[in-house]
Amino acid sequence: MKICFNKVAALGMVLLLLAVPYSWLAAQAEPDTLIQDTTVTITGQEHLPRPAQFTFVHDSEGDAGGSITLKWTLSPDDGAGENNVTSYNIFRKASGESEFEKIGTVASGLTEYEDATTTDGVAYSYYILTSSDSVGSKSDISAGVVSSAQWFNSKDLDTFIIGIIICFSVIFFIFWAQKGKKLYLRKIAGLEAVDEAIGRATEMGRPILYIPGILDMDDVQTVAGITILGRVAKTIAEYDTKINMPVSRSIVLTTARETIRQAYVAAGRPDAYSDDMVHYLTDEQFGYVAAVDGIMVREKPATCFYIGAFFAESLIFAETGHSIGAIQIAGTAMPAQLPFFVAACDYTLIGEELFAASAYLSGEPKQLGSLKGQDVGKIIAMVVIVLLCALFTVASLTESEAVLSLANTIRGWFSAS
Amino acid sequence: MRRTVPLVITLIVGTVLIVAEFVPHKPFGNLGDKFSMYFDIIAVFAFILGGGNLVRVHITKISRKKADWPFSAVTLAGFALVLAAGLFKIGNPGGIRGDVAVVGSLFNDLYIFIFTPLQASMFALLAFYVGSASYRAFRAKTVEATILLVAAFVILLGRTPFGLWLTGGFTGSWEFLQVPNLANWIMDVPNLAGQRAIMIGIALGVISMSLRIILGVERTYLGQDND
Repeated sequence: MKICFNKVAALGMVLLLLAVPYSWLAAQAEPDTLIQDTTVTITGQEHLPRPAQFTFVHDSEGDAGGSITLKWTLSPDDGAGENNVTSYNIFRKASGESEFEKIGTVASGLTEYEDATTTDGVAYSYYILTSSDSVGSKSDISAGVVSSAQWFNSKDLDTFIIGIIICFSVIFFIFWAQKGKKLYLRKIAGLEAVDEAIGRATEMGRPILYIPGILDMDDVQTVAGITILGRVAKTIAEYDTKINMPVSRSIVLTTARETIRQAYVAAGRPDAYSDDMVHYLTDEQFGYVAAVDGIMVREKPATCFYIGAFFAESLIFAETGHSIGAIQIAGTAMPAQLPFFVAACDYTLIGEELFAASAYLSGEPKQLGSLKGQDVGKIIAMVVIVLLCALFTVASLTESEAVLSLANTIRGWFSAS
Repeated sequence: MRRTVPLVITLIVGTVLIVAEFVPHKPFGNLGDKFSMYFDIIAVFAFILGGGNLVRVHITKISRKKADWPFSAVTLAGFALVLAAGLFKIGNPGGIRGDVAVVGSLFNDLYIFIFTPLQASMFALLAFYVGSASYRAFRAKTVEATILLVAAFVILLGRTPFGLWLTGGFTGSWEFLQVPNLANWIMDVPNLAGQRAIMIGIALGVISMSLRIILGVERTYLGQDND
């Protein structure tokens, strides 16, 4: 009995010793077993997410080709039902290929994907795998779709129509003014003060400082700054005043020189022109600021013009100019910098006034006519703003889906695409 | 000829770029990006013009001993030092083939230890200038200036914890009276409306000015008067 017990004990010990590595091995194998079990459970019909289905598989609108847009309805189990959809996997097959390949994944809740890797002229078929954690269900396979480049960007149709209306109104008023029709333009204080500011510098025998912003000639504000410079330089030439124009871009250097030279020629004083009137400092923003501030403090110009695109340096310039007692006329279309100029300068050309300045100063009918054309755009903007305010108010008060939809449609026409 | 050629180029390029905005098909697609690239290429060559002008102006100042000429000497010395450090890659661990701004190179050291602090110092001046400009702008001399002062005070207070602490007692339907909420309302409603009005004006101004330039009505930018 004792022997028997010993045998059983020995056998037990052996089994125990075998059980340790076996249980360890079993533990290592446990995930696989679970996955297998889980997979079996999930693939049961009640836990498999129901598939999404394509509603739209077409060549992308208004592009240069190489793109197909896919849209689908959400799976009934996405945000509802079993609520177990984690993502939508997009699979694609080109004509002539045998296998579908995964090209992208979209999070649950989304219903659109743009395949921007297509080759024009090749037909592609797609399906969506509506996925839960580890498995998914396939949608129907779409018909073959071919991408191609379009001749018109239909997404920008609204911009095109509004642009055409404004362009035609500008051109119409240019011709209208050319015929000698009288135009009313409100006075712009900053531009009315230009002659006075130049005259002051002349009387004080001090130079005029002209800063055309810190961007290059590919920025429309710099172009506006240079056109205004042409008018200002002509008066400067007539008054025989000095101008100092430090610039931060090489192309602006050459353009400004040519503009001032021509203004001096037009004023009948080409001999008074010097290349040194315009000089390059640096492209670096704060390096330029430091150098201009130094010029201001040393030369104490009587008048400072800041006309163009400005960033953080706007207030540094304007406050330094104020500290030396200069008359300051600023103009920019950078909304964030306008408050600084308004606070620190004597006159500020706000936004559109900057672009109107050259035409205003020229006094030429056809240039002034172009300003009148802008008013058509303003009327459109005002009418749309009032109309949309009214529609959204009515939609809110009446809870009318139709009015809300109409308001959103109109808003869509005037929103950036 | 000198007057006509630039105008024709402007007309063609301007028109083509407008068409390219609405026609994605070749040869118009991405034309705007390509033209921007051409401009960048020209701008790179124009650097030589700028650098040359800088050197010439300051050498003239030094040679003629004009007022404040020592500043010109410092400018030229700095220009020469950075140019040499960049061109010859002085102290560059990778030698002449190494990246110009690699850590350890003289160029990088000049940038990090001299240029960046100087730049930050200039930027920091803004803090003082905002104070002095605000002092002048917010003097309640007129009704408009008083409104500006009150709005600025509310926004400044609303951006600090003190504002919430002061008015945190307003809860429920009175919560809108908490200073941070008032500040947000000022920023999101009257301020945004004003900004959008300015933006609409700017957009129309840009269209009008672009048309004047493309049609050759405005020629001052070419260095030529309109007559």
